[in-house]
Amino acid sequence: MYERIITVLPVKKIKEKKQNITVWSFADISKTIDQWLNDWVGATWATVFEMVIAGVCVIGLFALLGLVLVIMERKVAAWIQIRLGPNRVGPKGMLQSLADTVKLLVKEGMTPDGADKFLFNLAPFIAMIVAMLLMAPIAFAKDFQMWDLNVGVLYISAVSSISVISILMAGWASNNKYSLLGAMRSGAQIVSYELSAGLSVLAIVVLTGSLSLTDIIQSQQNGWWIFKGHIPVIIAFITFIIAVTAETNRAPFDLAEAESELTAGFHTEYSGMKFALFFLAEYVNVFIVCAIGATLFLGGWMPFHIGSWEGFNHVMDYIPSSIWFFGKTFFLIFLIMWFRWTFPRLRIDQLLNLEWKYLLPISMINLLLVTVMAIMGWHF
Amino acid sequence: MFITDYIKDVFGAMKSLGTGLKRTLYYFTHHKEIITQQYPDNRATLVLPDRFKGEVVMPHDEKNEHRCTGCTACELACPNGTIKVVTKFDITPEGKKKKAIDKLVYHLELCTMCNLCIVACPSDAIKMAQTFEHSVFDRSQLTKVLNKPGSKIMEGVE
Repeated sequence: MYERIITVLPVKKIKEKKQNITVWSFADISKTIDQWLNDWVGATWATVFEMVIAGVCVIGLFALLGLVLVIMERKVAAWIQIRLGPNRVGPKGMLQSLADTVKLLVKEGMTPDGADKFLFNLAPFIAMIVAMLLMAPIAFAKDFQMWDLNVGVLYISAVSSISVISILMAGWASNNKYSLLGAMRSGAQIVSYELSAGLSVLAIVVLTGSLSLTDIIQSQQNGWWIFKGHIPVIIAFITFIIAVTAETNRAPFDLAEAESELTAGFHTEYSGMKFALFFLAEYVNVFIVCAIGATLFLGGWMPFHIGSWEGFNHVMDYIPSSIWFFGKTFFLIFLIMWFRWTFPRLRIDQLLNLEWKYLLPISMINLLLVTVMAIMGWHF
Repeated sequence: MFITDYIKDVFGAMKSLGTGLKRTLYYFTHHKEIITQQYPDNRATLVLPDRFKGEVVMPHDEKNEHRCTGCTACELACPNGTIKVVTKFDITPEGKKKKAIDKLVYHLELCTMCNLCIVACPSDAIKMAQTFEHSVFDRSQLTKVLNKPGSKIMEGVE
């Protein structure tokens, strides 16, 4: 009798500890708020309030991401170019992007005389709305997701291609040859790179057998796909990173806004807050594609586990899932920034050669390989 | 073979991109390589590179002697008329006349620090100094006479 109690006790203790640790998680916070709202105002109003809260959270995340990513980009750029970077405003220059934002807020938002005024003013908002829509299916932490839809991957690839419309709209409405050239280049680029991005995403869909982001994350419980899937998934990861770098119009694929050739491409005529919206949308898009990359290839919020190392796996479990997610995402963002400050810009013919002659055939053959691998069950 | 060339192309590209990434990652992680000088803050400890060209000066030794023979090679080499050599004739102890400089006038406001005069000088009489805080309130202060008053040419420099 006593022996049994003694053997049971430690197990209970561990369980209690685990519960204590998972108290600090986004899922619990959202559940508490949900319950409290339901008790207070009833189900209908609770839904309305929750939508408002979610919207405010998304806008807040946008602002925060804009500030953090701009300062991160400038610091990474500076260190790669053996410079110091911003170091005057705030501690170590960390408030520089805040100061820049305040400057942009008080600047005049000009609309040129010859521009198509309606489209000109609409374009930056479309860029932002696309970025906001893409936030919906991303799982930021364990059980913390705005919209868990069963075709998440399809939704992302469908919505992300709307962003080209905002760029084309801005370029066309500006009534400026540089803007139009930049927008056209960007259109050609996004349409072609969508293909290899889609095919490399399909590799993971084939392995998982599901389009839902939740299922994809769950399938990586025993190891991330980049480790489980051998070489084909690594190839898919590389083509994915190259394609999304091109899709977000970042160097070495920043032909759309090549400052040395087209002044600033599609946002030449924009100033003040309208320009800031484009700028913000670019950075948020970088965050989103990196979040998707982290979800598909690096296991989203899943902690890093090594086979049967129980102690190590337990330590990894103690780290909150949101930290895992943001850590992976920021690692990929760093990768893309590293590319930007290392490689020179491609010409338009080189850009299209790279896509149609190299990335597309490679990712097609790779998809075939992944399919064979999935059918034969050669992955872990 | 087309296919082998294709695969070679892909791997060659990956390798060369990797080389670039390795170099930038080295700079990213090694902050001691940073070359930025935070100038007004570190004015006391500022270290300029050896090849920094601030202005033309004429070094004099402790006996107030310089090496300039007054050959006007620097004046001829200067692309924008920055240097004017005013010569005079000294009488040597043997009673012969000898060409020497009266004044070597240097217009700092015209100088582009191109280093051609220093290259042209046959007797190494002038060199580039590392000073760079040249702002003055009056333009005339930028016209300088490089040889010090009362200086004469060093023994043995022809």
